[in-house]
This record gives sequence, C-alpha cells and structure tokens, in this order.
Amino acid sequence: MTDISQDPHATPARRIKWGRVLDHAILIVGSLFMLIPLLVVLQTTTTTDIETIKNGPELLIGTQFDDNFMKAMFKASGFSGENTGTSMLINSMILGLGFALGKIVIGMMAAYALVYFRLRFATFAFWLIFTTLLLPLEVRILPSYEIAQKLSLLNTYTGLIVPLIASATATFFFRQYFRSVPEELVEAARIDGAGPVKFFIDILVPLSQTMIAAMFIIMFVFGWNQYLWPTMVTTEEGMYTLVRGIKQLTQDLEGTNIPEYGRANMLALIAILPPVAVVIFFQSWFVKGLTESDK
Amino acid sequence: MAQISLQNLRKIYPNGFEAVQPTNFDIADGEFVVLVGPSGCGKSTLLRMVAGLEDITEGSLSINGRQVNNVDPADRDIAMVFQNYALYPHMTVRKNIGYGLKNRKTAPAEIEAKVQEAAKMLNLVEYLDRKPSQLSGGQRQRVAMGRAVVRDPALFLFDEPLSNLDAKLRHQMRIEIKSLQRRLGVTSIYVTHDQVEAMTMADRIIVLNGGQIEQIGTPAEIYHAPASTFVASFMGAPPMNLVEGRLDTGQVMIGDGIALGNAEGTGPVTVGIRPEDVELNDQGSLMFTVDLVEELGAHRLLHGRLAGQPFTVHVGKEVVVGAGDAAVNIKPDSIRLFDVETGAAR
Repeated sequence: MTDISQDPHATPARRIKWGRVLDHAILIVGSLFMLIPLLVVLQTTTTTDIETIKNGPELLIGTQFDDNFMKAMFKASGFSGENTGTSMLINSMILGLGFALGKIVIGMMAAYALVYFRLRFATFAFWLIFTTLLLPLEVRILPSYEIAQKLSLLNTYTGLIVPLIASATATFFFRQYFRSVPEELVEAARIDGAGPVKFFIDILVPLSQTMIAAMFIIMFVFGWNQYLWPTMVTTEEGMYTLVRGIKQLTQDLEGTNIPEYGRANMLALIAILPPVAVVIFFQSWFVKGLTESDK
Repeated sequence: MAQISLQNLRKIYPNGFEAVQPTNFDIADGEFVVLVGPSGCGKSTLLRMVAGLEDITEGSLSINGRQVNNVDPADRDIAMVFQNYALYPHMTVRKNIGYGLKNRKTAPAEIEAKVQEAAKMLNLVEYLDRKPSQLSGGQRQRVAMGRAVVRDPALFLFDEPLSNLDAKLRHQMRIEIKSLQRRLGVTSIYVTHDQVEAMTMADRIIVLNGGQIEQIGTPAEIYHAPASTFVASFMGAPPMNLVEGRLDTGQVMIGDGIALGNAEGTGPVTVGIRPEDVELNDQGSLMFTVDLVEELGAHRLLHGRLAGQPFTVHVGKEVVVGAGDAAVNIKPDSIRLFDVETGAAR
C-alpha cells in the first residue's frame, strides 16, 4: 500500500516496525514450507533417475527435463499402453470440468426451486439436502459402486462424474445467494413477461456470475483431486485419471525396476498445473463472489 | 387507457391478518389516483393485488370490464415502478427498457425504435449503454419509468417511487411523473405515504387506514372536508387542529364557554380547524398563547395553546409575533365537527 498523504520530499526518520518484520518472517517461512517440496519435485524432473537414486535431492539442475517430459506425457506405464500422460490429462480434465459444471448446474437448479417456488416442505427438503454433507462418498461408496455397476457405468465418463455431482455445498451457497436477490427483481421480471425459465436464464444466471466462478474454482479443484471414486470405477487403463495414474507409477517403483523418479515427479508437476491455472484465472472473480454482491 | 373497477376486493394473509378490508372503487380512464396512508395501512397490498403480484382473497378486479383476478401480471397490460427501481443490474439501460418488449416477441428494430423514443422522452439517450450502477438515483428512477412507458400499457402502477430520492430530486420527479402521465393520458395508481405527493399529484386521493378506505375525493375535498379525524390529522402539514369542544344551545363551544360558531345538536364534539383558517387580530375574541414560533421563510407556524389545548396557527411572513398571548379570530365557516367516539365528520 502506498501512503499518498506523505510528502515525497520529506525524509522522515523511518522506524523499523518490528511487528511488520515479524509478519513478513512468518509469511516467508510459510511460503518456503509450501514451495520447497515443489522445488524438489521440479529439481527431480531435470535429472536422470540413476542420479536421483545416488545423490537424492540436489541443488543442481540437470538436463533431463525434456526427456522426462516426453516419457511422462507419451509413454504408457500399464500393460495396454493406453494410459499415457496425455490420455490421463484428458481424462482428468473431463472429470474436473464435468464435476464442476455438473455440480454448479444441479446446485443452481435445486436452489432455484427451493427459493423461488412455493414448494411444500421446501425448508425440510433443504435441510435434507444439507444433511448429505454428513454422508460423503467414502461413507456410501459400496452402494454407490453397486448402482454404478448395475447401470453398467463402470469405465465410462458418466460413471466417473454423475454419481459425484449432487452437491449440498453448491445448493447451499446458491440458496443463500438467491435469497439476497431483491424480491422486486422477480416481480419486475414477472410484469415484464419473463416466465420461470426466462427469469432463471436472463436474470438469475448472469447475476450469479461471480458466484458461479467461485463455485467453479472450488469444484474444479475438488473434482480434479478425486482419487477414491476414479480408482473404484475405472479399471481400464485408458480411463485412468492423472491422480490415480501417478499412483500406478509409484507401484512400478517396487520390485527390481529402476524407479522412474523423473517421470513420476514430472506427472505430479503436470497434475498441479491445471488447478493452479484455474485458480489464477478466476481469482478476482472468486474474491468478488465470496465478498461483494453486484446488485 | 383503461377503467379499473374494484369490487369488494379483500386480502387476508395465510396467517389470518386482514390487510385489506372489502374495498370498492372505480378509476376512470386517464385518471391519476393516489393511495395514501401510514405504513401498514394496506395501500401497497392493494396495489400489488391490482398488479397481480398478490393473490386476491375475495372480490373482483376488472380492467376495462375484463375480470383479471386470475390473470398473470404479464397479461394484465400494466407496468409498475418500484420503490427501489428493481432495475436488472447486469443489463444496460437499453436492455432494461427493452426487456419487456423482447419477452413479448417484438421485432428488434421496433424495440430499438421504441426504446429510443422512451429514452428521448425521459432524457436518457446518452445513458442507454450504461449499467444501472453507473447512474444516479434520479436517472435510475427515470429508467424505471422508461421501462414502464415503453410498453404503452393500459395502467401504470407506482409503488412509492420517489421515497429513495432526496427532497430536491423528489420535487422535480414529482412534476416529471405528473406531466408525463398527463401527456400519455395513461390511467395511474400511485401509492405513497407522503401526503404532499398525494395532494400535488392526484386527480383523486384515496386515504387508507388500517386496511379500509377513510375517504375518497379530490385533493381539495380531502383537505377542506376531511371525512374523519384520521384524514384531518394525516393530510396537511401542519395537520388540522383538533380540539375538544361541545355543542350547546346552537353554538360550538370550547374551553370555558368560548363560542366558535353555530351548529345544531348537543353533547361533546371534536372541533377541527386548519391552522391557516386562524388570523391574528387585535379585536379577536379568542386568546391564543404562543409558546414557540417556527420560522419557515415563506410563512411562520405559531405553536401554542387555545383554551388550554395544543393548537397551531399559520401566519404569513409579514406577521411578526413573539411568545406570549395574542388575540385571534377564526375565519367564518372554516370549522369542521367530528364525532368524539367514531371520529367521523358530522
């Protein structure tokens, strides 16, 4: 922050504010704590596996970056040869996007029904939806798997995404947001001849832009990082997502093979990038969505 | 253009509260009717029933002879201006004004022409591409007006449209709305709690209190011949003086036998006198004790007591008075009598 009230020509005796120094020290230590593992990953991707095994993490930057990248992206690790980095990246992308968009669409529509229509037991229905927060996937994984299997959704994108997208969180956030939209807006729209669908699409969705962006970030990252469900539902290597594919690689490290440190770390690096990109891209929207209401 | 007819219109909320008691009135084509009353008197509920935003519990509402009780707001051929404007925040002024037309499947070229026309009428042409958040309160109000005007409806409904504006702007918009309504000749119902707006804008005023109509009349009728003590004290600033008196031997008496005028009957009565119907006169027969002088520039208000009861007198700026006793006269034929029990005019 710049202090504009200060005369630039005056040279006041600058006192060191120890409180501020301490603040920064804490921040610096915190960011190092977060960054160092990442730097180790980055370093490992530049050296050969043998070097990594011999020397462990070093300060040296090697020359194998390209090589490791090619291996990670295009070499298959399984038997079928279908789970290359590229195919896993695509699968993860589909999962992340489908998961986020599905949750947003379902959550918005559920919230719309709860807030704007005089349903019987609307509040009860809302709390019923809300209590599903207490029943995450891990609790209901066996019945969920059974249903997916009976509907022959195993090893399909539908099976990967649909069982996950019912969302109490998104419904809750959109409900709270819709309730803050002034009622006169609905009434003005009614007089202007906008029916329920038009009001939703023409007015409510554009008004919720920032909220949608905020939800998208949270849900995309959440979907991208899904591990348990994809592990259960996908058995064909062509359907593997990055997060579970990396696990597959570390399994290869066991036994007598030369551990592929470079390749595994490269994949980890690649797996980090899309969520980071999404957060950076939507960041300002995210803050807006959670703090201010543009009404 | 439309005639509106309300027959025994009644509103009872699900919790059993009767917001509007059975109400009857007709509005003529092109008339500007103001519903006025204190907050919670049912005026907004009545308006919202006409708009179709509130269900009608009983009775019948017709616009141009067609019963519209169960007609969707969009199909009643009405336009409404809301207190907080209710503009769509994400749309430009142009789209805000044109939205109703777009939903009615009007051709884009025609929408554009009508929006331009409305914008010209309301001095909004240079703001057409702005968002509502970039406009001032008065401009937003005009956009809300534009949204109503552009559809060329049979009936305008205004729900306290000026109460979010500052005093100066309110005065200006009052005149603009009135002259616009005159020019377009559209039947209008205007809800307000501000009696000045009611007096200045209305062709006819409907005074509501506690969910029922106290009086219907032109501003002059309402002012000069209030139907009840409620109307007398609600309309006019300062309100009509109401003092306790009695009828005795053909005379209206207050205090210790001070006669104000002639009237038949006997027993106690509430006497209403407008502050400006009292004049200071050295030969006056009444003694008015001034406690406080309120200076308003164009005139002065003298607050004090007449025969021991609170009383206000309105005098011109040329009359200089200080605190103390002053002799006053009441203009002939200017006193109103009300029943002590019911408050109704006699």
